[in-house]
Amino acid sequence: MNDVVISVRELTKCFGDFTAVDHISFDVHRGEIFGFLGANGAGKTTAMRMLCGLSYPTSGTGSVVGYDVMHEGDKIKRRIGYMSQRFSLYNDLTVWENMSLFAGIYGLTKKETEKRATELLARLNFVSERDTLVGSLPLGWKQKLSFVIATIHRPRVVFLDEPTGGVDPITRRQFWEMIYEAAEEGTTIFVTTHYMDEAEYCSRVSIMVDGEVRALDTPARLKKQFAADSMDEVFRILARGAHRGE
Amino acid sequence: MSAIEIHNLSKCFAKTKAVDNVSFCVEKGELFGLIGPDGAGKTTLFRLLTTLLNPDSGNAKVDGCDIVEDYIAIRSRVGYMPGRFSLYPDLTVEENLQFFAALFGADVEESYELIAPVYKHIEPFRARRAGKLSGGMKQKLALSCALIHRPSVLFLDEPTTGVDAVSRSEFWDMLACLKEKGLTILVSTPYMDEALRCDRIALCNEGRVLCIDTPKEIIRRFDRKLYGISAKTMFRLLEKARKATGVEGCYPFGEMHHLVVNDKFDVESFKIELGDIEGLQIVSVEPTIEDMFIKLMK
Amino acid sequence: MKHNFASFVKKETLHILRDKRTMLIVMLIPVVLMVLFGFAISTEVNNVDVAVVAPNRTDGVRDAVERLSQNGYFTFKGYISHGEIDSYLRAGKAGAVLVFAPDYDRGVAQMDAGIPIKPLVRLVVDASNVNTAGSATAYLQSVLLGSASQQSMFETRMLFNPQMKSAYNFVPGIMGLIFILVCAMMTSVSIVREKEVGTMEVLLVSPVRPVKIVFAKMIPYFAISCIVLVTIMMLARYLLGVPMSGGMWGVFLLSLLYLLLSLSLGLLVSTIVDTQIAALLISAMVMMMPILMLSGMLFPIENLPGFFRIVSNVVPARWYIDAVRKMMIQGVSIVAVWKNCVILLVMTVTILGVSLKKFNDKLE
Repeated sequence: MNDVVISVRELTKCFGDFTAVDHISFDVHRGEIFGFLGANGAGKTTAMRMLCGLSYPTSGTGSVVGYDVMHEGDKIKRRIGYMSQRFSLYNDLTVWENMSLFAGIYGLTKKETEKRATELLARLNFVSERDTLVGSLPLGWKQKLSFVIATIHRPRVVFLDEPTGGVDPITRRQFWEMIYEAAEEGTTIFVTTHYMDEAEYCSRVSIMVDGEVRALDTPARLKKQFAADSMDEVFRILARGAHRGE
Repeated sequence: MSAIEIHNLSKCFAKTKAVDNVSFCVEKGELFGLIGPDGAGKTTLFRLLTTLLNPDSGNAKVDGCDIVEDYIAIRSRVGYMPGRFSLYPDLTVEENLQFFAALFGADVEESYELIAPVYKHIEPFRARRAGKLSGGMKQKLALSCALIHRPSVLFLDEPTTGVDAVSRSEFWDMLACLKEKGLTILVSTPYMDEALRCDRIALCNEGRVLCIDTPKEIIRRFDRKLYGISAKTMFRLLEKARKATGVEGCYPFGEMHHLVVNDKFDVESFKIELGDIEGLQIVSVEPTIEDMFIKLMK
Repeated sequence: MKHNFASFVKKETLHILRDKRTMLIVMLIPVVLMVLFGFAISTEVNNVDVAVVAPNRTDGVRDAVERLSQNGYFTFKGYISHGEIDSYLRAGKAGAVLVFAPDYDRGVAQMDAGIPIKPLVRLVVDASNVNTAGSATAYLQSVLLGSASQQSMFETRMLFNPQMKSAYNFVPGIMGLIFILVCAMMTSVSIVREKEVGTMEVLLVSPVRPVKIVFAKMIPYFAISCIVLVTIMMLARYLLGVPMSGGMWGVFLLSLLYLLLSLSLGLLVSTIVDTQIAALLISAMVMMMPILMLSGMLFPIENLPGFFRIVSNVVPARWYIDAVRKMMIQGVSIVAVWKNCVILLVMTVTILGVSLKKFNDKLE
């Protein structure tokens, strides 16, 4: 369990005088569900972009699945999965077309695609929806589908950006079951969110305030440390002193 | 007379029943919550009550006025904050407020006392463009604008969606404060944890109301024993627990899985049934609104 | 409730003023188009280089060449030999070559005496640009005929626009185009933006009547369009030298009516579509194409195939451009184009009526 998949040391990103991410350090291990929390503007998105190889750090180091975020961004991109609530799938393509599209993007061969997509559809109980347009699926189904598509190339890390906002409690739980399952198979899950109830599902969480990581532990220990009933409360205690808005 | 009376209200779009035979009343001065996920029909219900849509069947009264017959009268009596950010981003805080005051033929000074608890948070930024405010401040400005004509009923459609935890909590404090001043407030939210801040709530899903009551009463109605279980391998635990004797349901619930059980359940034999699971913990837990919601949905 | 109308107008004005880029584009487009069409894009004869082949440089020939070189539209490039014609034209050293017959003077004398003769002058023109070639030919003929035309069968006189300046033709067309762009596009986009952003919901829930919302939106755009109108007319008069012989006021009045019509069209578009992109596309494509093709701006209405000629009747710009052209260039007064005015008025009332009716105070 102890191999480190994401390792970050003193990672910093400045935009002019503004330090969006301020010397953050942490490790994420294989099979972990790591919650990366913070208020709007705390620097979550900037930090995640660096980890995904989309932007360069100003200083500090970071490695994702063994590759350096500074120099090997392209290699990182090929080995991670990414799912965001905002952009996930193409509504005007069918379930199958979306799957083959993303499989193609990540360089799966036709044969592999066929095999992997069939397997994932079966796992989702989606076989009958193979040729349905994604746009006509309910929100919860779309989210489940975009998660499996994010894992279509069997990445070692999947980045989830606010994955379950707005879905009903049952669908949401089905979604988390899928994440637990993936984690237990050894995939590392990195969740950014500002919904604190999503944080409760994570094995460990970090809370960013004003560009710094202010807390990092399991939800249970954090709640104990701050004498709080919920992560929501922990977050409120930490974020009260925040200076930055959106 | 109730502030809002809804009788068998229905509204369809194409084949979807957005609001399906909904009936309930909201008393004067009540803080009433509509709790449900996307697609529960909350927004449509708001649009019906604020007279933006006409119902297919059924009827409703807001502040004594029928939503179809007297819709013009309703429009000057209600304050409405739609789900999306609905201010002009290119106007300043103050210009927005002035504009909405003029729109309703109101005067900022006369209404100041009412909006003060909300507006004072953003007053220091009154020359800033609304588009440059943070999420929480935008919500406060939108609420100020919805209050400017001193409405008797306030409709807030998902005011806290996309707003961080601190601002959310502040927002609910302000609602409590407005309620003190005698306003009737109907508010919708997808967050179950916010339900506790309301006097009464309606849990809704797919256009229907599942149940209506005070949050406490709804939780009290959960008539099953509930346990929280956790282990090192949460997914394996989930799969195994579901097959155990006396288990009616098991679902992830944050750090633990919630285990809904009936009379046949016994903790010791459950442990044996699970067999080899590393780090198993089992504790008795109190149900929440969300547990009830899941139960009602099934 | 009077109070809220003024604040509505104020709010719209603020929107416009804050959006500096759009504002700049709206103000600049007319100027750019005017200059572009007025100077750069022209079908008129402007500075055509003319070379002359004359075996005998007689008095008559010299007289004709003299007249050519004095004319501002032609530049006399010198005498060349017969064999050089082709290379001169190919190399672009000349746009046209005049070939005088060896017995030009005698021929002119015979013609003056009424004796039928064979052609005395051959005009070789570079017709790679059809428009220029055509008008150069016509104008060149008319210049030369001055010397030997007393007896020719036709006496051609071009009225109003003897040099056939294309700017004269384009100014009304540009006006017809720009007001649709500015008024229809901007109003429709600004109304639809409120739908898209969600502010429309709040406006509708307020006790203000939709008619008020709509008119308050129109006023600032109407004001902007008036500024644009004045700009265009000034540019036309003083930069391009369009005569405006019928008086500026007639053009101005008619344009105001056309502005209203464009605003109503914008309103109509906004009641149909729900996204700003759709509003833009409809205003830009669906409205502009007929103006360019069917309004007489680029192609004369008479040249259109039958079906399109009928369709052109419902294109408001057609009536507007036609009337403005008559007033600006022919110099008739607004009374003379009363028919166009009535048609435009009826169109405005109809469009405005339909869109106000369609502009619902509900969301469905």
